[in-house]
Amino acid sequence: MDRRDFLRLAALTGLASTVTPSEAFDLLKQTGENEATKQAYDMVAVMGGEPEVMFRHAIKEMGGMGKFVKKGQKVCIKPNIGWDKVPELAGNTNPKLIGEIVKQCFDAGAKEVVVFDHTCDDWRKCYKNSGIEDAAKEAGAKVVPAHEESYYRAISLPNAKVLKTAKVHKALLDSDVWINVPILKNHGGAKMSISMKNMMGIVWDRGFFHENDLQQCIADICSLAKHPVLNVVDAYRVLKSNGPRGRSAADVALAKGLFISQDIVAVDTAAVKFFNQIAKMPIEQVTHIANASQLKLGNMNLDKMNIKRIKL
Amino acid sequence: MLRKTRIAIALIMLSLITFYFIDFAGIAPHKLKLLTTIQLAPALLALNIGALIFLFLLTFLFGRVYCSAICPLGIWQDVLETFSKFFTKRKKYKYLKPKNYLRYSILIGVVIAFFAGFTFLLSLLEPYSIFGRIASSLFRPVYLYGNNQLAGILGHFNNYSLYVVGIVIRSVFSFVIASISLLIVSFLAYKYGRLYCNTICPVGSLLGLISKYSIFKIRIDENTCNSCGACAAKCKSSCIDSKEHQIDHSRCVGCFNCLPVCKKKAIKFTYAFASTSAKQENKPNDSRRMFLSITGAGLITVPLLKAQNAMASLSKNKPYKKQHPLSPPGSVSADNLLKHCTACHLCVSRCPSHVLKPAFTEYGLGGIMQPMMSFEKGFCNYDCTVCSNTCPNGAILPLTKEEKHLTQMGRVVFTMENCIVYNDETDCGACSEHCPTQAVKMVDYKDGLTIPSVNPDICVGCGGCEYVCPATPFKAINVEGNVVQLKAKPFKDEKNKDVKVDSFGF
Repeated sequence: MDRRDFLRLAALTGLASTVTPSEAFDLLKQTGENEATKQAYDMVAVMGGEPEVMFRHAIKEMGGMGKFVKKGQKVCIKPNIGWDKVPELAGNTNPKLIGEIVKQCFDAGAKEVVVFDHTCDDWRKCYKNSGIEDAAKEAGAKVVPAHEESYYRAISLPNAKVLKTAKVHKALLDSDVWINVPILKNHGGAKMSISMKNMMGIVWDRGFFHENDLQQCIADICSLAKHPVLNVVDAYRVLKSNGPRGRSAADVALAKGLFISQDIVAVDTAAVKFFNQIAKMPIEQVTHIANASQLKLGNMNLDKMNIKRIKL
Repeated sequence: MLRKTRIAIALIMLSLITFYFIDFAGIAPHKLKLLTTIQLAPALLALNIGALIFLFLLTFLFGRVYCSAICPLGIWQDVLETFSKFFTKRKKYKYLKPKNYLRYSILIGVVIAFFAGFTFLLSLLEPYSIFGRIASSLFRPVYLYGNNQLAGILGHFNNYSLYVVGIVIRSVFSFVIASISLLIVSFLAYKYGRLYCNTICPVGSLLGLISKYSIFKIRIDENTCNSCGACAAKCKSSCIDSKEHQIDHSRCVGCFNCLPVCKKKAIKFTYAFASTSAKQENKPNDSRRMFLSITGAGLITVPLLKAQNAMASLSKNKPYKKQHPLSPPGSVSADNLLKHCTACHLCVSRCPSHVLKPAFTEYGLGGIMQPMMSFEKGFCNYDCTVCSNTCPNGAILPLTKEEKHLTQMGRVVFTMENCIVYNDETDCGACSEHCPTQAVKMVDYKDGLTIPSVNPDICVGCGGCEYVCPATPFKAINVEGNVVQLKAKPFKDEKNKDVKVDSFGF
């Protein structure tokens, strides 16, 4: 046994000792049948406020953060921090929203909150210029790097069609619960980048997606057993054209929307319909959503859902 | 006192300049660039008048103190020389006659080669650049490795204050050259003191021409000197002839090691009239062999790498072959690099995107080891101007962010036959995703699919598309280098119709 093995073992033993049976049980409940659907809403949609204000309303209607994050849990938050862009250019999730979510996680008793994204541009620039690193740290979160393969661990996706295995960031795999916080964007390749596309950033090898049917691989990664406990779609500023990177402020529309749901397919369907009012985007073209529906990862039929709509 | 001051300044200089080269986390302040701009070769090539006047005055006043306190390779040799004393007790130097024939031939050869467009020779022998390459190719990976080990340990304890960094050797040729240079220079320093500086180094030879006439110099008082030879035994330049009470000031590097050892206080650093003349003699010596072995190593490596390239091109499908390399943003052209760059690799080290790489023969033989853009490990960040603002040689001229946005280093070329969308009929768009100007744009293809369409006029040549294209074995999108960097046309924003969204839409 070398030093590295010893340290790894020591760290893992320490980690394992922190897991109590009740928390493990909660975890199972979250990935299985959702008890929330019985009483509360399947989805909450908010319009007309600042990002953090809209989130406060939305999470309240969903039953409060305490329903998704339990005391003593390790929470992982996955925003979209893909590009070296300032918040005004809508390339990344709104930093105020991330700050608010981190804060609410701690209020709900989270032991630790970690934030990461596998960025496209230089990660240090993305973390800094997106404002997310500062906002998350200020709220007490740990912002961890994701630019090297060693931060990832291979997992298998037995229900996937193409992407049978993937290397997923350890911060997410080692968390108790995780929250998916995408921004609503036009996307040249995937047509739209929302919650499902945001999950591409938990994976090391993104080239595989592009090379082997992008739209199917996006659906496949969402079959990860550890579903996000919440998907929070930031549609405060929407990148309506030239996405996912955007060129200038001309690509940005101030739409002031926010959608939140445990159902990743439903929330993305709703977000596309919202986006379609700003720039034309028929849901049929965003084929990864239908692909995910086929994998039974969620519901595309919003009419059958209990949705709360709030205008501020 | 003089000696201690020299050692203190030298150590600070070496530490700071090394840190400037190896720092990957952006801790080193930009002001440290000053230490590279006062190096002689960069100052000459950039025609940095201020630095040249400073260096001339410094040498004219005090002799070659530059070699002991400013030149990082000189200081490095002193470190090695000090180190050798732990193993060879009572190390003694002896006066050696100057190898003027050799050193001035090298100086003249380097100058002629430079004006003939063969900058490679200058790059190979110039001390600041040698040190730069050693720091960049050898010290830096060691520093990164240390960081990664520490980051790994902290990571096990869930501490991410340090992060792991990829260790990449961007050019095997430059790595080999750096290693050979380090071995030769260190060996010479360990064994023979400042032999490199006084026989091979073109900067040393050039400064020696001035220091002969310097105002302050080390002098031996013939009346008090008893020719005991203590000073000569300490002289790592082997330039003190204690029997004749003569010092060869063209070789004295102003280390002041001789001063404290004289019991008679006969050797002093004082005001003096220019008088000494070095004897013109030549004698065959080992350093010529060393020089030949460096060149020889190069001559062996060249065909080796050529063979490697030939092997790669034996593959069935033909990849896109670049007609011209892309030079770094702000470098204007390969020709400009040839006139200014000595391949210190400061830009290569500091490039946060790992897009700069030492060239092999892409720029021709004269431009070997000069930086070029290569998109295997990364692409040029649209807003980044690090390399242009860090070059001390004036080889990569400073750019503002706005100027950079319109600097076209190359133009995009699309090969549809290699494209995933064309071959597999599935969505991809990775290239367009990375394109900062949408010179690569996804347009309607068929069955709801979109395919790249290129507009090279608004392309800046950042290489995001080429880097990320997942097509194998050969990419579907490449960037062809511009011989002279052009001004990219600014992209036109689509008219921003003010969209009012009042309802949810579902």
